[in-house]
Amino acid sequence: MRRRIRLILTWTALSAFAAAFIYPFVWLISASFKPRSEVFDHRILPETFTFDNYIKVWQEAPMALWMFNTLLVTVLAAVAVTITSAMVAWGFAYFRFPGRGFLFGVVLATMMLPGAVTMVPVFLIWNSLGMVGTLTPLWAQNLFGSAFYIFMLRQFFLGLPREPFEAAKIDGANNWKIFTRIALPLCKPAVVVTLLFEFQVAWTDLLRPLIYLRDSSTFTVPRGLKALLDQFGFGGEWHWEIVMTASVIATVPMIIVFFLGQKHFVKGIATTGSKG
Amino acid sequence: MRWIETRAALLFISPWLIGFMIFTAWPVINSAYLSLTDYDVINDPNFIGFDNYVTLFEDPKVGLALRNTFIFMIMSVPTQLVVSLGLALLLNSATRATGFFRTAFFLPKMTPPVAVGILLLMLFNGQNGLINSFLGVFGIEGPAWTTDPDWVKPGLVLMSLWTVGSSVVIILAALRGVPQELYDSALVDGAGWWRRTLRITVPMISPTLFFLFIVDSINALQSFTEAYTAFFGSGNTTYSNDAALFYAIYLFQQAFEFLHMGYASALAWLLFIVIMAITAVQILVTRRFVHYEGGQP
Repeated sequence: MRRRIRLILTWTALSAFAAAFIYPFVWLISASFKPRSEVFDHRILPETFTFDNYIKVWQEAPMALWMFNTLLVTVLAAVAVTITSAMVAWGFAYFRFPGRGFLFGVVLATMMLPGAVTMVPVFLIWNSLGMVGTLTPLWAQNLFGSAFYIFMLRQFFLGLPREPFEAAKIDGANNWKIFTRIALPLCKPAVVVTLLFEFQVAWTDLLRPLIYLRDSSTFTVPRGLKALLDQFGFGGEWHWEIVMTASVIATVPMIIVFFLGQKHFVKGIATTGSKG
Repeated sequence: MRWIETRAALLFISPWLIGFMIFTAWPVINSAYLSLTDYDVINDPNFIGFDNYVTLFEDPKVGLALRNTFIFMIMSVPTQLVVSLGLALLLNSATRATGFFRTAFFLPKMTPPVAVGILLLMLFNGQNGLINSFLGVFGIEGPAWTTDPDWVKPGLVLMSLWTVGSSVVIILAALRGVPQELYDSALVDGAGWWRRTLRITVPMISPTLFFLFIVDSINALQSFTEAYTAFFGSGNTTYSNDAALFYAIYLFQQAFEFLHMGYASALAWLLFIVIMAITAVQILVTRRFVHYEGGQP
């Protein structure tokens, strides 16, 4: 009996918290279908249901272009960082060479360095290459791997048995083949986690687009959203319904990505904690 | 043979080696140099010795930004830890539909931080925001969260609780790893839920809590996007709120709005030192509360 009561209490508490976590989404999506005057009425279902906000956002902002820019940057960033991080991780996990421990220590040390320290000089590099204002600085650094993913993937590679690789070697497979044909397929879950994590990071980033993008036609969705907020939220026009609708448009792709890769996401995040 | 293996390894790690030299090693050296100069990108850097570092200590905005950032960290990190521990404990004791609840808690984490900043403005709006309307139901008149300097940071802290999802997932994974035998013997001894949680669960997952404490603190010291979105913007000063001026925001403004690249570099090195110092102190102070199965790793 006491057990029963405890379960019911747990359930009630969980439901209340879950409602609190989900409610802002519901509120935001609902508001995006309300006319301007009813945006703050806090009704769950709009009194007057309208698609006007979505049409207005599409007219006021180059939303499709922003989406395209973001998708381009995100895909390039995620694919680049996954391939190169896996390569580097494999290099550290499979081979024995002088200085390996030291170099891997350097990889770990770079994770401790706040991004703020390299932010200005890295900007100056892109500036001297004439690439400020283009999308390149948002993803091209990913061609060189990223410490966190290198660490994560290396852990995964270290957990693999060595026999299949030695067997392949005896069969005459070269190192690249061993990596692409055997090692990568074996660590597919970790590769998917890397892709998903970086997809999220690249899609939602604001800082780099703020630093590197100048012209509205090059904006990513988060940068465009900030511009819309400055124009329609603060800009004296008070068209919050446009800002909210754009927020929905910016968020929905991430929700879709989450539901597509939910299992991997949750597993990936759970392991980052235990590896700490 | 050895050389062949080394050469192969170097080929595999070459992307990182090259990237490290171009995008980490060189920027670190250059940043140290730039911090000793006056540089606006257009004219050549002008060497001024330690002037930037002297200015740091005289700049009232640096003090303000540091204070804001510390207050935010001290308020947000423990609250986030307690809330995510509580939610994870609840999830762990539920027997059904845990997948659904876990998804519900994690989903907000997928929201772009810009959108979180916008939601903050809407939900915490003093006049017609959802939070104050909710408080109004109980006859409480909520504060002006988004404009009153005293309430801006609490608002940011509360908003940050919405995105604790990943911590919940991490703690839940740790909870699942606590051996059941420990609880069984405690039940035989007649220990209640609270006692079991405080005496067994928390010590057993303390390495995870410690990890989150350190990582969350480092992140809090660098927090930027939500506060910048909600309280600062391009060319509008009417709505900028000094109470939300975090260190990373001030650094960004100095570098990319005022083009004070030298000064911004000095600011970055101060941030680096502050983060290192705080992390070291936290590790020294909290280490003895962390319990490692099988001794210190």
